Amino acid sequence: MSQIAFEVHDMTVAYHRRPVLWDIDLEIPEGKLVGIVGPNGAGKTTLIKAALGLVPLASGKVEIYGKNYEEQRHLIGYVPQRESVDWDFPVTVRDVVLMGTYGRLGWFRRPGKAEVEIAERSLQHVGMGAFARRQIRQLSGGQQQRVFLARALAQAAQIYFLDEPFAGVDAATESAIVELLEELRTSGKTVLVVHHDLQTVSDYFDYVILLNMRLIACGPVKDTFTTENLQKTYGGRLTILDEAAEAIRRSKPLQ
Amino acid sequence: MRIETIIAALATLGEPSTGTWIVLTGITVNAACALVGCFLILRKMSMMGDALSHAVLPGLVVAFVLTGSHSMVPMFIGAVIAGLLTTFLTQTLHQYLRVPSDASMGIVFTAMFAIGVVLVKQFAGGLHFDIGCVYEGALEYVPFGDRVAGMPRQLFTSLVVLLLNFVVLLVLWKELKLSAFDPALATTMGFSATSMHYLLMVLVSVTSVASFEAVGSILVVAMLIVPASTAHLLSDRLGWMVVFSVLIGTAAAVLGFWAATYWDTSISGMMTVAAGCLYAVAVLVSPRYGLLSSMLRNVRMSLLVLRDDVLGMLYRLEELKSEKHFSSAETSAAVGGGWLASFAIFQLQRSGNIKGVRDGLQLTELGRETAQKLVRSHRLWETYLVEQLGMPLDHVHEPAHRVEHYIDEDIQKQLAAELDTSAQDPHGRQIPD
Amino acid sequence: MISLSLSDKVMLGTALLGGMAGVVGSFAVLRGRALVGDMLAHAALPGVCLAFLITGNRNLLGLSLGALASGLAAIAVVTVILRWTRTKEDAAIGIVLSTFFGAGVVLLSVVQKPATGGNKAGLHSYLFGEPGGMLTSDIVLLAIVAAVVLAMVVLFYKEFLIVCFDTDFAQSQGWPTLWLDLAMMAALAVVTIVGLPIVGVILMAAMIILPAATARFWTNRLSMLLLISCAFGAAAGVLGTRIGRGFPAGAAIVLTASSLFLVSLLFAPQRGLVARLLVEYRLRRRVADEHLLRALFELSESHLPDTPVIPLENVREYRHWNSLERVLERARDDQLIEWGEEQVQLTPLGLRRAAELTKAHRLWELYLMEYANIAPDHVDRDADDVEHLLPEGLLVELEQELAAEGRLPAIAAEVPESPHELSPET
Repeated sequence: MSQIAFEVHDMTVAYHRRPVLWDIDLEIPEGKLVGIVGPNGAGKTTLIKAALGLVPLASGKVEIYGKNYEEQRHLIGYVPQRESVDWDFPVTVRDVVLMGTYGRLGWFRRPGKAEVEIAERSLQHVGMGAFARRQIRQLSGGQQQRVFLARALAQAAQIYFLDEPFAGVDAATESAIVELLEELRTSGKTVLVVHHDLQTVSDYFDYVILLNMRLIACGPVKDTFTTENLQKTYGGRLTILDEAAEAIRRSKPLQ
Repeated sequence: MRIETIIAALATLGEPSTGTWIVLTGITVNAACALVGCFLILRKMSMMGDALSHAVLPGLVVAFVLTGSHSMVPMFIGAVIAGLLTTFLTQTLHQYLRVPSDASMGIVFTAMFAIGVVLVKQFAGGLHFDIGCVYEGALEYVPFGDRVAGMPRQLFTSLVVLLLNFVVLLVLWKELKLSAFDPALATTMGFSATSMHYLLMVLVSVTSVASFEAVGSILVVAMLIVPASTAHLLSDRLGWMVVFSVLIGTAAAVLGFWAATYWDTSISGMMTVAAGCLYAVAVLVSPRYGLLSSMLRNVRMSLLVLRDDVLGMLYRLEELKSEKHFSSAETSAAVGGGWLASFAIFQLQRSGNIKGVRDGLQLTELGRETAQKLVRSHRLWETYLVEQLGMPLDHVHEPAHRVEHYIDEDIQKQLAAELDTSAQDPHGRQIPD
Repeated sequence: MISLSLSDKVMLGTALLGGMAGVVGSFAVLRGRALVGDMLAHAALPGVCLAFLITGNRNLLGLSLGALASGLAAIAVVTVILRWTRTKEDAAIGIVLSTFFGAGVVLLSVVQKPATGGNKAGLHSYLFGEPGGMLTSDIVLLAIVAAVVLAMVVLFYKEFLIVCFDTDFAQSQGWPTLWLDLAMMAALAVVTIVGLPIVGVILMAAMIILPAATARFWTNRLSMLLLISCAFGAAAGVLGTRIGRGFPAGAAIVLTASSLFLVSLLFAPQRGLVARLLVEYRLRRRVADEHLLRALFELSESHLPDTPVIPLENVREYRHWNSLERVLERARDDQLIEWGEEQVQLTPLGLRRAAELTKAHRLWELYLMEYANIAPDHVDRDADDVEHLLPEGLLVELEQELAAEGRLPAIAAEVPESPHELSPET
């Protein structure tokens, strides 16, 4: 049995005291390509943000290779949603990719030759080497997405979190991304991807997390991605769960 | 030994003139502001610059009252405390009490400023502290005040601030850059975005101390925001943006001083206006983002389309074996008219694509070749629309007309490969090679 | 004409100003434009100076028209910047604010030259506010502006509401949102500008924001918000001039308004800090009380219907308590338990309450297990957080839903059996 790369234990996450994820409990073995699937508002992005320590946990814990998140920072790569980026920011493609190496450098140290080389290599890897000096606004949507993938590569992480990397990209980029993800898996990395398109889940991933405010199922695609589980995931929200969450929000006025 | 020589050399230059001291002070303050201003505007917190430059007032007054002097360290401490308090209160009001973020900023800084005004009134007697100066500044009087290390006190203070900002930027460059661009990634990498926010606010507070010393809060607000915004229009890399913003700040100081002396008016006011004018110039002529440059691009694009239209029309006329030749004026009218169309025809004539014959215009050999490619694009696209997208025949001309200018040889090849035919377009006309 | 003493005039003027600033400020704050008032106040200066240079006197109406013109120009410039450049809104406002004000300072120094016959004190009041110099004609101007603003708000109340709340929806309904927006901006500009000579530049910005933000603590309805905000603004004007004698008038008014804000922030019912802390405190107390009752019920469960005497030792071990003694005291005062020498017993009343609570707890556990796929070993802690907050109706709904599906154990009418083994510290 391979090692557990990512483990969530009893995790509840709340925004303004309103729980959006209830008691998530899951384990992802190393070297899997994992799709996170669920309807809108199911808490997919929240799961990633909680795993990255970007939102506080109401209860429970997240472990990366058996240790606390803080200790394992250097093992994590992250690709945000494209909408969250300020495309007018005065940075070139290479600057953005270079940012991937900052975490390893730590405070105060500047990126040197070695880091620039890593950045260049990551860019080549996603086929964007020719665009290194462009400002990021001057790229197409697919190219922008590739740049952020290159940045994640430059992080040289063990476990990657990608938030909707396929949103608004062209077909060529989509297949390039899939190829890249498979490459990562082959080299033993674990990749978690928030994904919207149910059609392609079985093609792209070998592991799946079905989510709708609570964990519906988590496991290998062929056992888990079943009609029954999908119905549970998409078959409407649990109204009482919603109402209870609302009751909690109302009754706890201060966060 | 060496230092002594330098001092001796400087001494031979003599005491700088009044104007030099003023310009030097202006440049130092502007550069210090520009350095932190870049990060303020990239974090979309420009108004925090406005807020802090007013909110430090009570901190300064308390420092004055407690120490009874204008000495620098207590003033910086007072400013930092007032600045941190403002930042903290603004965030608390917004986060925990759900006051909209701009309103909470407005509430906190105006209240702090009002407290400052009352304190000044209460203790102003011994302080030589004029609220008017706070707004407008008193750069004019800088050379006549106390001296520190051989230079006016205000210049010395600003130099210290400039040096501080420069060093912090140098040391924390990558952290500041990352947390401004992608706070989430910064936080996941262990550079807390919140602590970088507070650091920046401390720098802004310290920087705005200079405003109460000499140049006036208005110049500080302007120099925090305007040069950085101007530089943002001019550059696509953060490093250059910072360099440009410092240069623009310097230019504003020099131009402003020159204009103010010329018209004998407020120096810091004029420096502000100069900065605004530089911004306006950048808005108009920035090579990539300027209004004039994009207008120029639009005109170029329209000319290209018009030239293509003229060539295409003349080609089709030839194809129909029409006896009549269109005159310049008729051709121009046929593609929409106006001076742009006439200019497009002039361009075509000059580049040898068309020539005037007795009763009108005619394609040259070169022109025919170009036109052929164009008409090929048009008809290939029409065929594609009909065959592959199943669009009705009478709906394909317009879209093809719009797209034809952008179909290069590569796409032409792909189109030809996709379409099995293809000697004729859907209207039954020849597709030229 | 009724003749007023100067202090009456000042008070009337500041009250009028505060009132209308409260009204237009409400729209500005709701629309996310709190700092536009700040910009307008700064941008007015060059217009004031130009008007003075042209007319040669400091008639309030003339100066105000000049200020209005440059204020509107500022809004236009911001619009142009946002439409055609990559500069973001905050920076655009900052650029226009500082450049206009800088131009104003330049013009001011021109005005102050003896050659132009300038009256320094007169125009300086535009920067810092000087209500002391208020004339009857100024009051009349303020009253006219107030009447116009009031009429506008009454006429367009519904339209302003919809534009503030959801611009896209308003547009889809065919409202001319652009013009309505401009009308709101124009009202803001006019009020800002007539207020400048009274409180000064920076503090006028505060007058726009403070009353509205204060009123927001007291109501959730726009109509009430406008009324309360208007009242707070007027009160700040009156109290500020009254209390703040001997201090710069603008600062005194704004500090009064800030104090009103602070008081509201602390003591407003529901949204105020104290009220919310109180709710939180009561909730925490209730949760502790309910935990005690449930613990006692579960400890007594094997002996029911008798209520055994339980050693306090067992209760202490049953779960973590923050201050068991205080909880016990409260329960005894409510006659829910009898509490003596290191032992405790439920009263009949206490037993009934405890049974109800335990029922709610177990229903929720069942629900989580049946519907939310949560494993039995996790449900207890989860139900623990939630059960105290479930509204009565929801519990009934839960019971019915579980019963309808035949998942409610037969004894559920009383207390269903715990779906997991009971043990201390669960």
